[in-house]
Amino acid sequence: MTKRFLYCWFPHLTTDWLILCNPKLAGEALVVTAHQHGRIIVTAASQVAQAKGIRNNMSVADAMLIEPTIRVAKEKPGRAEKLLQNLALWCLRYTPIAAVDGQDGLILDITGCAHLWGGEERYFREIILKLRSKGFDVRGAIADTIGAAWANARYGRVHPILKPGEQQNTILSFSPAALRLNPITLVRLRNLGLRRISDIARIQRSALRRRFGDEMILRLDQAFGQVEELITPVVPVEIFEERLPCLDPIRTAGGIEIALTRLLETLCLRLQKNGKGLREAIFKGYRLDGKVEQISVGTSRASAHVPHLLRLLAEKIPTMEPDLGFEVFSLTAPKVEDAASGQEALWETARGLEHSGLPDLVDRINNIVPEKDAVKRFLPDAHHWPERSVRLAVSIREKSDIPWPDSADMPAVMLKKPEPIEVTAPIPDYPPMHFRYRGKLHTITKADGPERIANEWWLDNVQYRDYYAVEESNGARYWLFRSGDYTGTPTRQWFIHGFFA
Amino acid sequence: MGHIDDTSKQEIIRELKRDLLLLQGFKSRPADAVDMGLGPISPAFPNQVFPTGAVHEFISDSSDSAVASVGFMSCLIARLMATGAPCLWVASERQVFPPGLKRFGIDPSQIVFVDLKKEKQVLWVLEEALKQEGLAAVVGEVKNINDIASRRLQIAAEKTGVTGFLLRHITRAVTPIASVARWKITPLPSEGPKMNMPGLGFPRWSVELERVRNGKPGSWIVECTAGRLRFLSPIATTLPIIQQQQKITG
Repeated sequence: MTKRFLYCWFPHLTTDWLILCNPKLAGEALVVTAHQHGRIIVTAASQVAQAKGIRNNMSVADAMLIEPTIRVAKEKPGRAEKLLQNLALWCLRYTPIAAVDGQDGLILDITGCAHLWGGEERYFREIILKLRSKGFDVRGAIADTIGAAWANARYGRVHPILKPGEQQNTILSFSPAALRLNPITLVRLRNLGLRRISDIARIQRSALRRRFGDEMILRLDQAFGQVEELITPVVPVEIFEERLPCLDPIRTAGGIEIALTRLLETLCLRLQKNGKGLREAIFKGYRLDGKVEQISVGTSRASAHVPHLLRLLAEKIPTMEPDLGFEVFSLTAPKVEDAASGQEALWETARGLEHSGLPDLVDRINNIVPEKDAVKRFLPDAHHWPERSVRLAVSIREKSDIPWPDSADMPAVMLKKPEPIEVTAPIPDYPPMHFRYRGKLHTITKADGPERIANEWWLDNVQYRDYYAVEESNGARYWLFRSGDYTGTPTRQWFIHGFFA
Repeated sequence: MGHIDDTSKQEIIRELKRDLLLLQGFKSRPADAVDMGLGPISPAFPNQVFPTGAVHEFISDSSDSAVASVGFMSCLIARLMATGAPCLWVASERQVFPPGLKRFGIDPSQIVFVDLKKEKQVLWVLEEALKQEGLAAVVGEVKNINDIASRRLQIAAEKTGVTGFLLRHITRAVTPIASVARWKITPLPSEGPKMNMPGLGFPRWSVELERVRNGKPGSWIVECTAGRLRFLSPIATTLPIIQQQQKITG
């Protein structure tokens, strides 16, 4: 498949933008200026100013001589780049690959995109007219190579769209400046009387290289398509992406859901063919007014199951603001993983954590609730210290190598942090008789203990606790401990840690 | 007309009762009836079967009673989880310690916990979970739940056959909600295997079935030994609390 590129040239990018910001300036000669070597020179001139004869790199004093009523604006460094970047992002609705070229151009890789809009002619008209209606003066061209499109956008007079293979003949009649050469080379070419590209193309390559260096050869080859030119897209290209342009802007939730279903079906089919499943999906709607609305979901395991993903995404459709309507939708899977697509069963036979309903439910919960990691599972950990005896499971199906501790003396309810209590204990190492917790006095009738639990010995600060299971006269059961012992430790303190059922 | 003898009379009454239940919209699920090990409590339920696929509420007015509810409920959930199905535990301020549930016969790694900040979301997750087939039970710790929310949960549970358990900690007057049964569990002093032995015995609770749809409420004394429920006749234990309770109920 031959590549096709669309080049957009914005001859008055910054002045167009200033006029957009301040419509009063329209129709006036507007120039953008910057300090350079102690002079104030013109860096950009509006269409009106150019028509009066004001050119770039002219000093403002000269420009004022030509047109005394010019409006002057100071240049803001990086404004042109930022504008182009935003325009490139806007263009992503037409193609996934858009790149910024220098200070005044955009390169769109439109390979395989135009047919969605009914041919290159309509596609081209759509983009250029939309950009012009926004208020930007733009000239565009479509060709097989970036070089040819660049040349045709700036120097072409006949037709903006060069049919595949046509670039060779068209470019030959252009001036050498259309080859994107540096100014010094261009001056030398003019002095030599080489006024057209056809004059250069006739010369032997070795002679050209000797006289003008490698750049000349490279630019010629790039324009004619003998060397492939690489571009840096504004947004990295996703492998798993599907897009759907709409004939009419879509404004209803029902319409969005239909579009989403169509996109999911094609994307999931592609994923399944590749043996993949997505872990993250981003659904974008490109709005008529240029804004992009997006919703995203994550899954707990790789999935290419349309109904499940549809259900996840559909729950977020109400958060999309259609305003005047969406004209293009795209669905991207930025994170995919290998997934063994199991044989589809008529009814679910697996029970327990293997049951496919559970991960689906977990996905739904995770995508709706604002808390991160709301869903957890616990597995035993090889520590005696109660707070560290459990750990979080990494996945919903993870199994533990070690069994749960067999001891029956873990309380059903435990405080996140032990709370200090006041006790009266008759003899050291005896369970307490009374304790006061949150202002209430509890009288102990039965007790078990002590059970000593210590930190690992290799830790610096070895602590130990003497645990007692105690029962109050009304039957309530508690888990108390004394931190430190009676001999020699001044930091002796009683705590309550849990409640037995 | 010859008069009908006693046995056939009882037979007819039982038939009529069953018809009445059906007319009231009660569907029994004999196919997936699980042995809950509830012994003497079973007759309190309609058709003498613990109602699964429904919402049970456990109310508590103190922290002791809340912990006892967790214990008794865990014994029931353990029976439901015996098939290997997982359980979902949804709470906004969870204090349940997973290893502590092992004593009631539950494999703590089979429980999926959902810790949320807002109570409203607890209800949403509960409803979604009850709509999901394949779960053994869904536990929700909620303080405020209104009639409409509880009815939604009950409908979701009826459709999928998942049993829901609500832990309601209420200090004010109890407002009725749409649940098939309302339980109240309070701890009782334990007894060691032999009298006058030091130390704690098995956990013992007073189980009150305050309200049960199409059944008979009642109260029992239950002890949990190694994940099994053991029923003690209230007469055998002479404890001041039970005497008080009997006074209130009688």
